[in-house]
Amino acid sequence: MSDTHSQLAFVRTEMLAQKEPPAKDKGAVKWVRTNLFSSWSNTILTLVAFYVIVKLIVSAGPWFANGLWDTNSLSECRAILDGARGACFSVLSERWQQLLFGIAYPSDQYWRPTLAFVIMLVAAAPVLFVKLPRILLVVTGLFPFVAYWLLWGGTFLTPLVSLIGVIAGYYAFKNVERFGFVLGLGAGVIVAAIVWKIGGALTASMDDVLALRAVASRDMGGYMLNMMLGVVCISLSLPIGIMLALGRQSHMPIIKGISVVFIEFIRGVPLITLLFVASVVLAYFFPPETNMDLILRVIIMITMFSSAYIAEVIRGGLAALPKGQYEAADSLGLDYAQAMRLIILPQALKISIPGIVNVAVGLFKDTTLVSVISMFDLVGMIRGPILASTEWNGVYWELYGFAALLFFVTCYSISQYSQWLERQLRTDHR
Amino acid sequence: MCSSQPLLVTFREAIMTAYTDPPKESFQLSQLIHDTRYRSYTFQFIALVLLLAGVGYLLSNLFENLRNAGLSISYGFLGQPAGYDINQTLIDYTNQDTHMRASVVGVLNTLLVAFLGCITATILGVFAGVGRLSKNWLVAKLMSVYVEAFRNVPVLIWILIISTIVTIMPSPRAFKGETPDAEMLFGMVAFTNRGVYIPKPVWNEGSAVVVAVFVLSVIGMFAYRAYAKKLLFNTGKLLPMGWPSLVILFVPAVLAFFVMGRPIGIDIPKLGGFNFTGGIDLQRPLIALWLALSIYTGAFIAENVRAGIQAISRGQTEAAASLGLRPGRIMSLVILPQALRVIIPPVISQYLNLTKNSSLAIAVGYMDLTGTLGGITLNQTGRAIECVLLLMLFYLIISLSISAIMNAYNNRVKLKER
Amino acid sequence: MKKSVFLGALTVAGLTAGAAAAGTLDDVKARGKLNCGVTTGLVGFAAPDANGEWQGFDVAICRAVAAATLGDPKAVEFVPTTGKTRFTALASGEIDVLARNTTWTFSRDTDLKFDFIGINYYDGQGFMVPKSLGVTSAKELDGATVCIQTGTTTELNLADFFRTNNITYTPVPIETNAEAQPLYLEGACDVYTTDASGLAATRAAFENPGEHVILPEIISKEPLGPLVRHGDNEWGDIVSFTFYALVAAEEYGITSANVEEMAAGTENPEINRILGTEGDLGAMIGLDNAWAKNAIAAVGNYGEIFAKNIGEETPVGLARGLNAQWKDGGLMYAPPFR
Repeated sequence: MSDTHSQLAFVRTEMLAQKEPPAKDKGAVKWVRTNLFSSWSNTILTLVAFYVIVKLIVSAGPWFANGLWDTNSLSECRAILDGARGACFSVLSERWQQLLFGIAYPSDQYWRPTLAFVIMLVAAAPVLFVKLPRILLVVTGLFPFVAYWLLWGGTFLTPLVSLIGVIAGYYAFKNVERFGFVLGLGAGVIVAAIVWKIGGALTASMDDVLALRAVASRDMGGYMLNMMLGVVCISLSLPIGIMLALGRQSHMPIIKGISVVFIEFIRGVPLITLLFVASVVLAYFFPPETNMDLILRVIIMITMFSSAYIAEVIRGGLAALPKGQYEAADSLGLDYAQAMRLIILPQALKISIPGIVNVAVGLFKDTTLVSVISMFDLVGMIRGPILASTEWNGVYWELYGFAALLFFVTCYSISQYSQWLERQLRTDHR
Repeated sequence: MCSSQPLLVTFREAIMTAYTDPPKESFQLSQLIHDTRYRSYTFQFIALVLLLAGVGYLLSNLFENLRNAGLSISYGFLGQPAGYDINQTLIDYTNQDTHMRASVVGVLNTLLVAFLGCITATILGVFAGVGRLSKNWLVAKLMSVYVEAFRNVPVLIWILIISTIVTIMPSPRAFKGETPDAEMLFGMVAFTNRGVYIPKPVWNEGSAVVVAVFVLSVIGMFAYRAYAKKLLFNTGKLLPMGWPSLVILFVPAVLAFFVMGRPIGIDIPKLGGFNFTGGIDLQRPLIALWLALSIYTGAFIAENVRAGIQAISRGQTEAAASLGLRPGRIMSLVILPQALRVIIPPVISQYLNLTKNSSLAIAVGYMDLTGTLGGITLNQTGRAIECVLLLMLFYLIISLSISAIMNAYNNRVKLKER
Repeated sequence: MKKSVFLGALTVAGLTAGAAAAGTLDDVKARGKLNCGVTTGLVGFAAPDANGEWQGFDVAICRAVAAATLGDPKAVEFVPTTGKTRFTALASGEIDVLARNTTWTFSRDTDLKFDFIGINYYDGQGFMVPKSLGVTSAKELDGATVCIQTGTTTELNLADFFRTNNITYTPVPIETNAEAQPLYLEGACDVYTTDASGLAATRAAFENPGEHVILPEIISKEPLGPLVRHGDNEWGDIVSFTFYALVAAEEYGITSANVEEMAAGTENPEINRILGTEGDLGAMIGLDNAWAKNAIAAVGNYGEIFAKNIGEETPVGLARGLNAQWKDGGLMYAPPFR
């Protein structure tokens, strides 16, 4: 042992202190080298990308920096800027109310849609995040009625009566359900209708109990209209979509045929043609003595549109369930309604949620198309009254930029949620 | 135990008898509801009756309303002169032609912008999709910004914004004068806010020969490549692919071009009067819509491409690398063929979306079918129901054909399992 | 039962039901509001201001009709319509009157089954070009790119004009006036064409209105007027004579300022009949006798409406021209009120 020791000239007895990595392999330099300049092709790409970014900043920077917020018209902006490049954001500070709420919503009532929006966030939370306390679902259940009252105004009794009708119908359904799902459904509907009828008659004379100022549907506009159309149509289309999806999966040829024709027809035509139907054709299909609001006709058409897309998403979810689930439900002796309600749909809907969210985002974006049929939604407000006014005639970037930003913030947060949910639902380990 | 034995036997007997001798029960009406064998008929019958009643109700309303208003459904207007002009037409059209022909012009314009849009959207989408997975941080982030910005803002707003951007390009007037503010690219292509003017080939006598030679060269090139591939598989001998293909493709055509005395010329757009004249004129609405649709749809295709590439497990890349394939070959021979199967179906449905979104042409003044039949024709004739019905029918046919193609493709590439 | 459920659900969703088959006047009275179709925004004719109040020349007609029938000029629901949706909106009963600078043509009156109740503005299609082009006549526009506001008779007139003069052009159809402007200003088209009144209104909004000229050619007759459904003649009469009362008021010097005073009775029997102090004209059209007085008090006479919304003092800056009273050499001529 000691021999070997003595034969060697030098033996290190303690560890050397660790050396710093070479300068090019640590910290920011390493990051830049590996992420930006790892090869000559990468270097070129980096330079091109850098050029694009600089170009954008140089051209848009002064425009933002010189932006004016407190003039009264575009010509004033031009006079103040005196030839310099600069934005005229005053159009936003002067017209933001119209952009958000439309031209005709009474300005002292803006708190109502705002409050409805906040309640909507609370109501949506327990649906979107399973971990939140279930008691919040009460808010979700009450939301449609409260929101209706807040947005349209009038007496609180109207939504109250419809709420009582729904609850009564639900109890009727629960009690009759053991005689059969269909019978239960029928009983529920009839009881609800009776309650509505009686309630309507009782409250007919009490117009000012807890009354808010009534606002007609066609007075709603701006971003609020986009939101309303999006939320209302998506919520209405969910049950219809589920029924269509089940219909398409059904073994009954007539039911299946009806569902397939409906879905393929709606998915085959652009939304804008359906909106043309709403604006120029649909009125002819209602009885001569009724006269339906444009907004209601639009809601009908958009709901049909989105329910076809949602049906396809849910069909995907139904098809993705292992066959064993269907067989297991059958072998338990459950009938069709029970099997679907207790076994199949809960699972199928769960895996369809990301798809449904995507459809919802797409539909929400598509609500801007109503501007083409002379409704004053956010885009319609810009293209119609604001650009037509003498003061703001000629302001484009600021308005379109604002619209794009509003939609981006909303849709991006929803799609981030959807991606988060997808990660939550993913059960395979990649 | 013992006592259960006879019971089991009787049960089995009961089943046997049930199999051999089904009970001849008389049909009762209540079976229509309680017996699952008949219940489905009841349901379907009810559904059918409800459907027919609903349709009948709506139609009777329609006819009553039309009668009250003194109107009638008639397609006669299609045969009458349209009376308006269309700026971008693929077939000859004057304002004396019929509404029918104006609609056909619209159909072709829809197909044109959809076709162009699909091509550029695919190119953009593939670049952005691959770019988002790039190891280059800046490029990946830039592509993410592009994809997210376009996916999360309505296409209508993008069309309006891009149309405004196109509007601030130089006007043809800027090309005028001694020291013009704008110049033509290579002296041939003019980008203006009225559209893009590009040179137009002029086919003189003898040009047919040149074209024929070129077509033959293309066939020849594919034949050569097929031969080289076969040789590689059979003998392992690797023939050069790149430069011989190029030679076969171009040399004969260029020779023929000079031999025939340069029969193909180009017509370069020139500034004359108010506008550029000569060349091919791609009008501003077409350019704006084309750009907007391809950039918007490109963002969606980028996501499909990214998802498709990510769906291929890393093991495939590693396995290919361990076989000694170069990175480029790994992509083209291993990853892409597998990824394409995942990518193509959603991309085709994006094409379908693009075609349907092209109906927003109405916002930029491009005269597609929605602009002609569903726009000016509808305005001028007031035949709303007829026009909207025809419009929907057209889009329906397009969509169903694209879905048919998609189904055929899906069946072809379906993994042959089990 | 089923129907009431259906209707109940719809009521919750905000259905407004009215009867279109009965007389329009009864509907309007029952509803308490007049539904009036207007443009989505054309300065001077119909556009909401910063407070969301609709203002303009066409809007005044709607308000006058509301004042005559309901006694309240504010009792109007303005329904914005596009060139595409306006006729269906009227035919289907969604609106009672369409006052959306719509040209009176043969086929609209007959084939589409509407009744034009009068002409509130005599217009004609004109051209606007930048001065720098040096064009002085529309016949020099061979090869020009022309921006057209669609949805009116504009496209057809334009096609006819260029065809008869045997010159060519490139049409650029644009949906709204607001979208046509940047195209014209940035030089994406050489010429902007629409009704001459619209051109004046558009030019007024430019940064440098002086750099643009309106060419002398007026290539079409554009009698613009409000219209109602064909078949309900009582309603047509009401709208028609409300409008003519405004025209006659200008002729006889009745203004919104002095209408109360004159309603107390004047020497002129025609004025007395219009204002309902003599005769029973209101009852003949199913209104009360103060109908015309209410209308004039609400919006002023024709001349006042013109001056307030599109006259020379306003940014739109239109001269009366053809729209002057017949006594001043114009075409405004109200039938006698007796």
